Amino acid sequence: MSSNVAIGFIIVGVTFDLLGCLGLIRLPDIYNRLQAATKSVTLGTCMILIGVFLEFGFTSGGIKALLCLFFILLTSPTAAHALSRGSHISGFKLWKGSLMDKLEEKRRMDEN
Amino acid sequence: MITFFFIVLFIGAFMCLYRIAVGPTPPDRMVAIDILGILVVGICALYAAYTGKGFYLYIAISWAILSFVGTLALAKFLEGRSFDE
Amino acid sequence: MKKKITQFIVYFIIWLLLTWSLNYQEVIVGLGVALLAMILTKDLFPDELMKLLNPLRLLLAIIYIPYLIFYIILANFDVAYRVLNPNLPINPGIVKVKTGLKNELARTILANSITLTPGTLTVEVDGDDYYIHWINITSEDPKRQKQIIIDRFEWMLRRIFE
Repeated sequence: MSSNVAIGFIIVGVTFDLLGCLGLIRLPDIYNRLQAATKSVTLGTCMILIGVFLEFGFTSGGIKALLCLFFILLTSPTAAHALSRGSHISGFKLWKGSLMDKLEEKRRMDEN
Repeated sequence: MITFFFIVLFIGAFMCLYRIAVGPTPPDRMVAIDILGILVVGICALYAAYTGKGFYLYIAISWAILSFVGTLALAKFLEGRSFDE
Repeated sequence: MKKKITQFIVYFIIWLLLTWSLNYQEVIVGLGVALLAMILTKDLFPDELMKLLNPLRLLLAIIYIPYLIFYIILANFDVAYRVLNPNLPINPGIVKVKTGLKNELARTILANSITLTPGTLTVEVDGDDYYIHWINITSEDPKRQKQIIIDRFEWMLRRIFE
């Protein structure tokens, strides 16, 4: 580990990763967990990958880190969307403190 | 210094494992599996920087792709549909 | 034809980045693999991506990336605030928001952008309606909700893809 900038990026990334996992423990239902965890862990891992890229520079390893970053940024929202859609379709309810659920209302209307 | 980063990431991974073990519903476990996949990508990248060997990043890329496909399969299973769609 | 050539060049560039060497053996195998991938995925490559060949649209698409990253960082501080606060300040719920975008790829990018920005997660897309899980509902009025959630990306995506 030579560059201070790389170390800085990795510190920020690791912190956000830990916060995302803490969100996974603390928040009450699947949708809230999905929100906190997806956002924080995606950015945290991207920051670690940027740090690794700065460490390797424009070599074979550095370019792979950049490709991996691009791929994670593209796929993780899609995975979160698929999971939340699937769990809503199979009927897992929102947390009891939720204010509204427009999607549930729409499903009811479609059934009637 | 870098040992400390690994310890923090492993604490995060154990939090995901706690959520996988405790539940309480199946989607909660699936979310934790998805997040654990992305965390492992970060750990692999950090290990590549630690050892200075670039080929650990191959593992990171493959893991990112496979974890994404696995999550999509779990989501389809949750919707109760076949994989053809 | 033009689409196929673009597709082939994109795949070949990805191959070159992954191997990161200009050895003639690697290049020849790369040409073969790019050709095979082009034949196998000719339906999967979106037509709308061809619009990015126009330099003005490409410039805006490149500007869009740092714009998105700014909101992603904001979203993370939002998550950190909510997770670390002992009172757990959340008022979650699923709201319905209408979009004016017609282009399929633009809609996909908008849905992914919504998932990465502060407090929102796309749950379902049905025609023009997005059903969005919002961690802290601040307004019950649909117009105001639209303004808060999607207006900051919609104008830019409209410029890029329409």
